[in-house]
Amino acid sequence: MKSAVIVFPGSNCDRDLKVAIEMVTGNAPEMVWHKDSELPAGIGLIAIPGGFSYGDYLRSGAMAARSPVMRAVAEAAGRGVPVLGVCNGFQVLTEAGLLPGALMRNAGLSFVSRPVQLTVENAQSLFTSRYRQGEDITIPVAHHDGNYQADAETLDRLEGEGRVAFRYAESVNGSARQIAGIINDAGNVLGMMPHPERAMEPAHGNEDGRRLFEGLLEAVA
Amino acid sequence: MKARVFVTLKPGVLDPQGKAIHHALEGLGFGGVQDVRAGKLIELDLADGTSDDEIADMCRKLLANTVIENFRIERMAPA
Repeated sequence: MKSAVIVFPGSNCDRDLKVAIEMVTGNAPEMVWHKDSELPAGIGLIAIPGGFSYGDYLRSGAMAARSPVMRAVAEAAGRGVPVLGVCNGFQVLTEAGLLPGALMRNAGLSFVSRPVQLTVENAQSLFTSRYRQGEDITIPVAHHDGNYQADAETLDRLEGEGRVAFRYAESVNGSARQIAGIINDAGNVLGMMPHPERAMEPAHGNEDGRRLFEGLLEAVA
Repeated sequence: MKARVFVTLKPGVLDPQGKAIHHALEGLGFGGVQDVRAGKLIELDLADGTSDDEIADMCRKLLANTVIENFRIERMAPA
């Protein structure tokens, strides 16, 4: 399967995502620069990495969301190509309008960098099929702007439609309803603040992130 | 011509930075501050004849995130 990792100036988890995808799929993803206006033909997975794209100028993810490559990402997402956005990638997806809501400064104002416990709220999505419904998993977070906010109607809809993929087991950053990751209405775009690519092998401390990539590969293969 | 765009959080959206500023003001001994909300001021130097609609379009497409923010445009008198 062909995959791509999008690289913005200031991305810093792009190589981690590349390693994670290659570990599971056996194929190295193409690294696609933000100024490219096209993605590789026949692309089966797009990953948007963490980091501080454009130095977080204006708002986290705001500039990246308007870069040339994101038009191609939106077009591919519209065709049903799976898109995974992690951390800054989640911020970019909300700024681009591919996911609802916004990620604001952490309620405690501090940068939070530690493993956190998550509950798998929907184990039937493209991204979460290798988890059990309601399973508790541990994935690291590292962010300053992870406080997910949306209006009550949007939050109700996300919950009602099973589009909350992951929820924090405790308050980590002030996110509304402790939401850690959400899926779009078509089911092919996931944004999450925790970093599954940092929980892939025993040396990382745990492997709970690995099943996300395995489930995704199974779904798109 | 110049215009100023004020970007502010919508009422009801929690403002952690405003809260921190509020606490810092209290720490400095400034009493009587009821609330603090932090926002952004963006100054635009524009071609003459740029319409309000065009500026509002810039706000909606980039300068403000209308999920959580409001914007207000103020044209500046020529210096």
